[in-house]
Amino acid sequence: MSARPNSRSRIRLLAGGLLASAVLTMSVLAIFWTPLDPNRLDVLHRLNAPDVRNLFGTDEFGRDVLSRVMVGATTSLSVAMLTVIVAIAVGSTIGFLTGFFRGWTDRVVMILNDTLLAFPGILLALGLVAVTGPHAYATVLALAVAFTPKVMRVVRGTVLSLREREYIEASRAMGNGPLYTLARHIVPNAVAPIAVLATSMFGWAILMESALSFLGLGVPPPAATWGNMLATARPYLTSAPWLSVIPGILIATTLLSVNLLGDSLRDWLDPRM
Amino acid sequence: MSSQPSSLPRLSIRNLSIGNQTAFVRDVSFDVGAGRILALVGESGSGKTLIGRSILRLLPENIRQLDGDILYHGGSLSGLSTAEIRRLRGGRIGMVFQEPLVSLNPALSIGRQMAEGLKLHLGLDSGEIRTRCIDMLRRIHVPRPEQCLAAFPHQFSGGMRQRIMLASVMLLRPDLLIADEPTTALDTLSQRQVIETMLELTREVGTSVLLITHNLGLVDKYADDAVVLRRGEIVEEGTAARVIRLPRHAYTRRLVDALPRRRGGVVAAPPDEPILVAKGLELSFRSAGRSILRRKKIRVLHGVSLTVRRGETVAVVGGSGSGKTTLGRALLRLLDVDRGTISYRGADVTRQPDRQLRPFRRACQIVFQDPFSSLDPRMRVGALVGEALRHITPLAAAERRARVEAALADVGLPGHADRLPHQLSGGQRQRVALARAIVGDPELLVADEPIASLDMTVQKQVLELFQRLQAERGFACLFISHDLAAVQQIAHRIVVMHEGRIVEEGPCDAIFDDPQHEYTRRLLEASPLLDATPAVTCPSAIFSEAKR
Repeated sequence: MSARPNSRSRIRLLAGGLLASAVLTMSVLAIFWTPLDPNRLDVLHRLNAPDVRNLFGTDEFGRDVLSRVMVGATTSLSVAMLTVIVAIAVGSTIGFLTGFFRGWTDRVVMILNDTLLAFPGILLALGLVAVTGPHAYATVLALAVAFTPKVMRVVRGTVLSLREREYIEASRAMGNGPLYTLARHIVPNAVAPIAVLATSMFGWAILMESALSFLGLGVPPPAATWGNMLATARPYLTSAPWLSVIPGILIATTLLSVNLLGDSLRDWLDPRM
Repeated sequence: MSSQPSSLPRLSIRNLSIGNQTAFVRDVSFDVGAGRILALVGESGSGKTLIGRSILRLLPENIRQLDGDILYHGGSLSGLSTAEIRRLRGGRIGMVFQEPLVSLNPALSIGRQMAEGLKLHLGLDSGEIRTRCIDMLRRIHVPRPEQCLAAFPHQFSGGMRQRIMLASVMLLRPDLLIADEPTTALDTLSQRQVIETMLELTREVGTSVLLITHNLGLVDKYADDAVVLRRGEIVEEGTAARVIRLPRHAYTRRLVDALPRRRGGVVAAPPDEPILVAKGLELSFRSAGRSILRRKKIRVLHGVSLTVRRGETVAVVGGSGSGKTTLGRALLRLLDVDRGTISYRGADVTRQPDRQLRPFRRACQIVFQDPFSSLDPRMRVGALVGEALRHITPLAAAERRARVEAALADVGLPGHADRLPHQLSGGQRQRVALARAIVGDPELLVADEPIASLDMTVQKQVLELFQRLQAERGFACLFISHDLAAVQQIAHRIVVMHEGRIVEEGPCDAIFDDPQHEYTRRLLEASPLLDATPAVTCPSAIFSEAKR
């Protein structure tokens, strides 16, 4: 009841919101304008340290790192966002239905789901991309497939505990049909855990997209993503550290802001707060 | 044990105040004498638990002792270091908590948990510990004590767990026991067993008891002294008998009045047409076993037959596990029976699919035991109550709102439609649940222990509300309860259930005056029922008497 947790939550919201909007602004801005052409080669200015012309320096082909980071933000964020939307939509629909209606379908679906869960997500994604070939949409698809089973697990678990509450029985005793009960009493009460899961998955998606790109299976070059920038920066880690540090800091900042927002979202969705 | 003469009280609370910015407990003083049982009485929020916890410095975070002192054998506890306090905990001052379901660690065997204190405080070797534990379990009549030591908490009932908890606390022979609502979560029969176990063990060791409770029935039967708390302040103290027979403060009198009291039973309802008739209901649950093959069926209802007539209140009474809740759920078709028939107004509804049950569902409503889980936490009161009108012939939004508001006013919550459940107290939530049940004008209301989780005075209010609503609206009621005392003022007919069977059935007065079955007699004995004392019904006489 004291004022402290509240003010702490407000600071989290403020910090997360500021960081996230900064990253978001950068990625939207990059659609219309970048300081220099992100893909223009300039052999004379290879591996330049940050200076006035290239604020974040240049890479091994003399391309402007600031411009590439900005364009990369657009790709990375949209890949992550699409992934989360697809995974949440598919995973929670299946999770709600199987968790609420149980029965044989639930068992079969859960066995399949557990099989999928048994593979590390990155391995699943790797396999899929190996089949489809590297492409931005292939990355989204691969990551969504890797994330969906986790969403199903969480949603189904939440539904299983919610459906035993007495207000669900009360709804039945009122004569409400099962679909109505699901939509009116189960889904709204499951929104909070799903929202928190979504924000944490957003961070994971950015990381995994980076990992795929790092392995050369993500969004193919010359398009820039934070992940493939990191990957190509590896040979120059000592000679041109800004090449890896700058995308790295951006990934970390984005993850931090998303997690802070996730925490605030959880508090905000709690009817007791 | 102690070298001091017993003139010093075991525990003295001196001008104690507890709180954070605001004080929740103000200037409280009382003594617990050697070998005496002092009951600290109050409703939820009165600060009685805080006082109990402050003695051993177990207060929740950011709440602290603001003022005053706590003396144990005349010595102040405030000056002691944390290590010294820790030595007192368990060793000299034992504590038993309210929830037997969570106060034992589910991951450790009973033996391990009983041994913990002995090892820590007395440093005995394991053989000696084992003998002492077994002796103690035998002492409290636990069957097969050797096997009990190896068993885990979930294998025992709530009452049994609480007795085991008591036994392990009393193993250390503390000279002060703080028991915080030790029986509240239990049914009447187990309540009695737990309290008697506590008395036996403490009497043997000469332990003083600080019994924290809201149940005046217990105080009347078992305590020596009583201190009545209200909003953190003492309103009355004295010997338990005096406080209950001749309460001086208006608040105490209200508490005493809220106690169920034997009075003339409700006049039998005129014979009317039956609404709900159940014949030979049988129902089993599959028990949870390690493998599907080894799962057994546990039969919960054995051929139960019951008739509820229009406008009549039938009380179903039994201990936990007697199948009364299952019966209520089965009658409303929330559980499917294996055998038997349920008919509503002559039509067989036993096997009707949910879709065709709408008229039945509308006519038969339910109020659950726990008002904290029976209301959707995300919906406002108005929407919660309004939802029950969904299946009644299309209502205009305005008319619907008017009916919701009328129902809320009827249960004493006018203008609460915009509240969320967590903004309401337990009693208020139960009123909302009641409003939801009656808004569609049902013919039958199944109330599953609707007052068990409420304070005594609130229990009384909700019962009276029930009675009033029933008189006004004329619905029939199946009132499920573990407590005979609680139902006697509203039931026309009482049905006693034991182990899934109806063992006795009859008009209220007949059950109370001439119980036939042995189980009914035991239930009656365990009920904290006061005989109507003339002194209480005539408060002015007490005052003049007390002043003299």
